[in-house]
Amino acid sequence: MSERDLKGYWRKNLRYLSILLTIWFTVSYGFGILLAPMLNEIKMGGFKLGFWCAQQGSIYAFVIIIFVYVYLMNKLDREFGVSEEDA
Amino acid sequence: MDVQVWTYILVGITFAIYIGIAIWSKAGSTSEFYVAEGAVKPLTNGMATAADWMSAASFLSMAGLISFMGYDGTVYLMGWTGGYVLLALLLAPYLRKFGKFTVPDFIGDRYYSQIARTVAVICALIVSFTYVAGQMRGVGLVFSKFLEVDIFWGVIIGMAIVFFYAVLGGMKGITYTQVAQYCVLIFAFMVPAFFISMQLTGSPIPQIGFGSQLSDGSGMYLLDKLDQLHTELGFAEYTSGTKSMQDVFFITVALMVGTAGLPHVIVRFFTVPKVKDARVSVGYALIFIAILYTTAPAIAVFSRTNLIDTVSEQPYAEMPEWFHTWEETGLLAWVDKNEDGLINYRPGSAIDGAPDLVRLDGEIQRGENGEPLLNNYRTDSPNELYVDRDIMVLANPEIAGLPNWVAALVAAGGLAAALSTAAGLLLVISTAVSHDLIKKQINKDISDKAELRYARIAAAVAVVVAGYFGINPPGFVAEVVAIAFGLAAASFFPAIVLGIFYKRMNREGAVAGMVAGLLFTLAYIVFFKILYPEYNTPDYWWFGISPEGIGTLGMIVNLAVSLAVGMIYPDPPEEVQEMVESIRYPR
Repeated sequence: MSERDLKGYWRKNLRYLSILLTIWFTVSYGFGILLAPMLNEIKMGGFKLGFWCAQQGSIYAFVIIIFVYVYLMNKLDREFGVSEEDA
Repeated sequence: MDVQVWTYILVGITFAIYIGIAIWSKAGSTSEFYVAEGAVKPLTNGMATAADWMSAASFLSMAGLISFMGYDGTVYLMGWTGGYVLLALLLAPYLRKFGKFTVPDFIGDRYYSQIARTVAVICALIVSFTYVAGQMRGVGLVFSKFLEVDIFWGVIIGMAIVFFYAVLGGMKGITYTQVAQYCVLIFAFMVPAFFISMQLTGSPIPQIGFGSQLSDGSGMYLLDKLDQLHTELGFAEYTSGTKSMQDVFFITVALMVGTAGLPHVIVRFFTVPKVKDARVSVGYALIFIAILYTTAPAIAVFSRTNLIDTVSEQPYAEMPEWFHTWEETGLLAWVDKNEDGLINYRPGSAIDGAPDLVRLDGEIQRGENGEPLLNNYRTDSPNELYVDRDIMVLANPEIAGLPNWVAALVAAGGLAAALSTAAGLLLVISTAVSHDLIKKQINKDISDKAELRYARIAAAVAVVVAGYFGINPPGFVAEVVAIAFGLAAASFFPAIVLGIFYKRMNREGAVAGMVAGLLFTLAYIVFFKILYPEYNTPDYWWFGISPEGIGTLGMIVNLAVSLAVGMIYPDPPEEVQEMVESIRYPR
């Protein structure tokens, strides 16, 4: 590869980051803390929803967010020819 | 067979495995010793990271803490897992591309300054030492409770084992032992959880069980019952908690960011071959951690319900065997304030401080109902029961009436959790000394072999120092852990993130930021926790933020100072900007 569009790669990475971190913030701090009293009015089986988000849901969401990022970045690496596999 | 025999067997087998792995994976070079030659598979690294991260506190104390805090326990659950998202997205891949050995390496090179490197080394040492002392203490506790060995000898045995595989094998030995330790600890944590979930709710999966109906045929949800019990006894509702919202928020941020900034966690991602591996290996690590962290709140609910059900308003004379065993260890106590022979469990502390049993010639002296007498002052609170939070996990198998081998398994698991974390921390300490201080600052021409020797000596010295603190813990261990997270959040995290994402951040800004964040956080914690504990109430806290959560504000101070000071001084040199550019893409 001669001229690689590293600026473009970085810009896209930053966009992924801001979207995923917004989701990260919303599910944990949003649903688990700030909105928890409100969500507690809703029940899911034996769980109050706010309580469940805080002690279960947020943790599952963290795992999913990381794997989505891994998937997106592996794709982006190949797209911009910066993947370690192409060496 | 009784619990003690089982414990000897299980602990013996696991220790033999750890030592076997250590001999098999002896390190021959500094690269092997520091980062296992950067050749660890992502899945292996994920598992090792999970064991590295989950300490005696996660294994023994967390579920107990949550069971007393209810919803407020969220700060630990979210705080100690959410940081991995920050690690995967903001730190691990870039630091892997940077490709050196330690966190101070990055800070020193990125900010082209020995001062920055030294500040980072000092932070790494403080954070790691405070942490490791707690682990050795955990080892000693398990030994003394289950094997009736003196805490002193418990710590010595633990030191000997860690010494053996950390000093011999370095990162390579530690990595593969941690994999074994993860398997032991997760098995030990899950088995009682399955059993108890099955007993209480009929569902074997604890994550589902604690949101299910009770299996006693009442059709009532477990959590509803617990909320009801709490309300009846005058506690706050279990699912609502008592901390203010902003305090929960700030503590959670501090723990998350602190997690992402802890050097012994970050350094694990230097051990995988590629940037790609670093990203995915954080994901694996979090899966392995999440298994325990989603089970802990379920265990908290089960044991809280079992505890209240067993003791509340029941005659002391009818207490089961385990109650008396734990009374004699001073972790459980009852004082019959209203002299009705019943155990009245209410909010507030029953006695002043931890139980101090009255002994005459070594014999425990007993009261009217046969309860051990205490030297402690009774408080005005109507509560009559003292329960140490740590017994919730340890006593869980007994409270639920599970077979003896399960209790022994919990002991082996607790040891695995404590030893794996201690080893990871010792490695950070030894690299900080041999690599960041000796190789990078004192003697740059040192040979690889000599550096490796220094690394081993440093690890050995660190084991002894940690053991000393394990046997003679400073009275403020719990406070010190809050300091460790606060410091990591207020120092490393902003410096590393700015170093990666803001190319023009210069050394003046970074150093000023780290020092400001550090001093601010330290001052607040020392003021409330050590100098004036009597003022440590929400009325005096800034913006209602407790000392545990102040690291968040410290991080903001760090960011603000870094950016402000950074504006005044010139941009970093060309080659540093190029270095930052180059760590942003994998190849």
